[in-house]
Amino acid sequence: MEELRQKYIAAIAAAADEGALESLRVQAVGKKGEVSLKMRELGKMSPEERQVAGPALNALKEEINSALAAKKAALADVALEERLRAEWLDVTLPARTRRVGSIHPVSQVTEEVTAIFADMGFGVAEGPQVEDDWHNFDALNIPGHHPARAEMDTFYMARAEGDNRPPHVLRTHTSPVQIRSMMKHGAPLRIICPGRVYRCDYDQTHTPMFHQVEGLAIGRDISMANLKWVLEEFFSAFFGTHVETRFRASHFPFTEPSAEVDIRCSWEGGTVKVGEGDDWLEVLGSGMVHPKVLTAGNIDPLAWQGFAFGIGIDRLAMLKYGIPDLRAFFDSDLRWLRHYGFASLDVPSIHAGISA
Amino acid sequence: MKFTLSWLKQHLDTEATLDEILYALTDLGLEVEGVENPVERLEAFTIGKVLHAEKHPDADKLRVCKVLTDEGELQIICGAPNARDGITVVVAKPGTYVPGIDTTIGVGKIRGIESHGMMCSEREMELSDEHTGIIELPSGEVGERFTDWLAKNQPERVDPVIEIAITPNRPDALGVAGVARDLAARGLGTLIAREVDPVPGSFPCPISVSIDEDTRDACPVFYGRVIRGVKNGPSPKWLQDYLRAIGLRPISTLVDITNFFTYDRNRPLHVFDADKVEGNLRIHRAKGGETLLALDDKEYTFEPGMTLISDDTGVESIGGVMGGLPTGCTAETVNVFLEAAFFDPIRTAYTGRALKINSDARYRFERGIDPCWTPMGIEHATRMILDICGGEASEVVVAGEIPDVSRAYRLDAKRVESLVGMEIPEAEQRATLQALGFRLEGDMAHVPSWRPDVLGEADLVEEIARVASLTKLEGKPMPRAAAGVPEAVLTPMQRREAAARRTIVTLGYNECVTYSFVDREAAALFGGGTDATALENPISSDMSHMRPTPLPGLLQAAARNQARGFADLALFEVGPGFHGGEPEEQQQLACGLLVGNTGPKDVHGARRPVDLFDAKADIEAVLAAIGAPAKVQVLRTLPDWLHPGRAGAICLGPQKVLGVFGELHPRVLEALDVKGPAVAFSVDLAAVPFPRSKGTSRGALELADLQAVERDFAFVLDAGVEALTVVNAAAGADKALIEEVRVFDEFHGPKAEAQMGAGKKSLAITVRLQPTERTLKEADIEAVSRKVIEKVTKATGGVLRS
Repeated sequence: MEELRQKYIAAIAAAADEGALESLRVQAVGKKGEVSLKMRELGKMSPEERQVAGPALNALKEEINSALAAKKAALADVALEERLRAEWLDVTLPARTRRVGSIHPVSQVTEEVTAIFADMGFGVAEGPQVEDDWHNFDALNIPGHHPARAEMDTFYMARAEGDNRPPHVLRTHTSPVQIRSMMKHGAPLRIICPGRVYRCDYDQTHTPMFHQVEGLAIGRDISMANLKWVLEEFFSAFFGTHVETRFRASHFPFTEPSAEVDIRCSWEGGTVKVGEGDDWLEVLGSGMVHPKVLTAGNIDPLAWQGFAFGIGIDRLAMLKYGIPDLRAFFDSDLRWLRHYGFASLDVPSIHAGISA
Repeated sequence: MKFTLSWLKQHLDTEATLDEILYALTDLGLEVEGVENPVERLEAFTIGKVLHAEKHPDADKLRVCKVLTDEGELQIICGAPNARDGITVVVAKPGTYVPGIDTTIGVGKIRGIESHGMMCSEREMELSDEHTGIIELPSGEVGERFTDWLAKNQPERVDPVIEIAITPNRPDALGVAGVARDLAARGLGTLIAREVDPVPGSFPCPISVSIDEDTRDACPVFYGRVIRGVKNGPSPKWLQDYLRAIGLRPISTLVDITNFFTYDRNRPLHVFDADKVEGNLRIHRAKGGETLLALDDKEYTFEPGMTLISDDTGVESIGGVMGGLPTGCTAETVNVFLEAAFFDPIRTAYTGRALKINSDARYRFERGIDPCWTPMGIEHATRMILDICGGEASEVVVAGEIPDVSRAYRLDAKRVESLVGMEIPEAEQRATLQALGFRLEGDMAHVPSWRPDVLGEADLVEEIARVASLTKLEGKPMPRAAAGVPEAVLTPMQRREAAARRTIVTLGYNECVTYSFVDREAAALFGGGTDATALENPISSDMSHMRPTPLPGLLQAAARNQARGFADLALFEVGPGFHGGEPEEQQQLACGLLVGNTGPKDVHGARRPVDLFDAKADIEAVLAAIGAPAKVQVLRTLPDWLHPGRAGAICLGPQKVLGVFGELHPRVLEALDVKGPAVAFSVDLAAVPFPRSKGTSRGALELADLQAVERDFAFVLDAGVEALTVVNAAAGADKALIEEVRVFDEFHGPKAEAQMGAGKKSLAITVRLQPTERTLKEADIEAVSRKVIEKVTKATGGVLRS
């Protein structure tokens, strides 16, 4: 029996491949294998002999099986090693390309502004960009003869012969949305109105279309001091640093009193840094909503009051992200879109952060 | 509005520095736009004395001068003919910047001799064009700053010029006196009252004036008088200096005086040469068609209703806008008719706009001058004319009446705090209003006649707040509208737009923002370019029509990028399309454009030209992201800008188009100069129905444990049969059992036709069966398969491919 053991263990160890291993298995422990034949002989033995030979044969069978399995695994390992050695690729080759998209700064900043004002309870209102002159001018206390109308560089829609209505305009600000919102929702009201606006002006710093966000808050006792707080909260959240504002008296037909608002900044080497320094940068116009505007919006000016402001979205984007030229916003140069654009998952929020 | 500091000080007695005045102006709402202070660039120049001058040994025209300066004796080479012993001069020492020659003076050698500075002419210091020699001062101490000498002896030459922006509500600040009043109210000095005694007329006015009854609204009052025997000619130096400083050209004394009062008091005046006026003056509405050669040398033709001033021969002046050349004053004028009238702002604005005349008079009348100062205005001007030009004044003729602009509003002292949020004591509020010219009677504030803008209580608040200074305003927290976690604010449509945008970016597109207006041709390619969408005053012909969709702008952007060497593009825009010229004719579209190949050349061979199925994949992703139903129809009712055979419309029924996708029409690409291939999609964001239920539950997930079975079928079909017909037919074979039908092969083209016959193709589908109650037996599968074949062949007229 020891002879058998030595023969097979040595043969298994020497087997070159799985085929040789299989024939050794058949030869040793197969149905007609040497070990199996020996086991059949157990019946002919005396009980005493059987008691010795039985377990020994079983142990031998087990040992051969384990040796077979171990050798099989070892052969597989070698084969795998061999395969892996052959399977070599140049991993420095470029990957399959995948297009990467980008969000335009105007969209990103609009969402940033929306997230901040939403936290302060402002909804988002939108409206038509081709407007009638009542919503764009008259309702905002800019009657037909008002010099402000002429100064607004308004685009007018052509009127067909015989159509004697005053021409529609491309809205010069998003204020008509304020009027529409007041008429629809009444007071109290807190909204921002972002969107495209149009002025007939094109030079180094002006484009005939740009983006504005206006804000409107109407309540029983909302004051200009509240406006200052809201704006400082907004600017600080938006720029990610404490930003002071300075109010200066001014005039807009739709607010009374009116103020231009500056933010604290510094100028270094031609770039502006918001929130520090001793300079002031004019960024928006604002004021307390004119009683006539409230009346136009069907809100009783004796019972309600509130503030309104307007700021350029493109301008905010330029200031925050250091974008030098307004005209490039609308040129769709791929290099610009990639450089100044934002990833699809950079969704601004209060909890994750406003800035991408 | 420009004025000089010394002009301001004619109206304001103040110790304030220039900087204090500038700060206060801006803070009061009279925003300083610019200051020109000649002192700043001339500060380094000092006074010197030429001790000795002799000819340069090597140059005939140069002199070597010994000049005594605050730094001792300097040797300066000078080329001026008047450089000689004993004269007092202005010296630029080494290191001084000389603006007129744009040079900083250094020490240098001229023809071998050292020169340590420069003696300057007026032109070199940009004081005037004078350059015949160096400045010789009549006085001055060696070492004294030249600017100090100027301030003492010729203050007008170092007078800072201040330019402020005047908002349309403040016509009163279009006169220097009005600016001074604001500053005085702020506490920067005292307003100087500059009144004159009326000049009594010594003879009746030979020209009478009448205002037509129907013109009283446009010209309520007109004052005039003749001054005879005047001597016109260049105005005195002080007046010329004032006008030049603010950029006006002196013309003649009479004209300069009218310009002076225009800027000094916001009181436009006009002077006629009385000898050229035939008969009397009449203010009337134009009948239409009258003409006048105006003072700007242009001929104007009038529309009915414009306000004109005529004599017996015809029109002589455009009321409130501009006078006429034929009756204008010249150097020879000896008898002058002086006009001070009040013209209605609205009518003046319409006339000026229609005639396209921008004059100082129009600018002021359309904003509103002080009607009550009309009589004072004519007296002031008369006095100045008599003082400068001599002559004798007639009695004043008056037509019409000064309009009554008196009104009063209640001053509610608490309103300032409520509206602005600043605490200002009532006494201070009243004092502010009084300083601005309001008359207080109890709590009623009577508005001064020069403030047409004050039209309500809120205006009183504005006046008080701006004089008190909004800079002092402190922020005050605005409580949340409701306590607790703020509610979501976006509307379903707004969320949808954001979802569409970010989905498209995830698909690898770069977002663009293109102009809402394009050229007519580009708009017309996309069904726009109609007269209804045309702009009346486009900024250029490239931007003449509202776009029907963002696609023309995207294609133009693609062409620009191709010109820059970028051939493979994925651009998109979410924005408005305008299908008409009314406010409601606007829809929000999400449009994507793929141009060129799927990517750059690569080692994997994955690059291929983009095709309509790329656009289809993307539009499906967008529709899924915004909650469109999974089951849609793909129809071929297409807009003209798509390839008729290679595009589709995704619809919920024939009338409800959610979006379109496909290859762009070759003609569109050619017209917009885009090198194809190019495919696009467009989604009408509002067209996708919004879910009705607001519940958040998804419903239970029903999973079958039984094994699904898949069977493949291939059909021979007419080439025109659409895959969706096959899929729908197959799916209808057993709606309970068939979970999914997928097309996995299409065999078409010449090879296919060779096998299956002309006009044929083969389409292969996989049908997935998902049993829910018991495992399928072969017989069950056979039964369903037969039904699938039957349904498909019936729906398509095709046969099972053998």
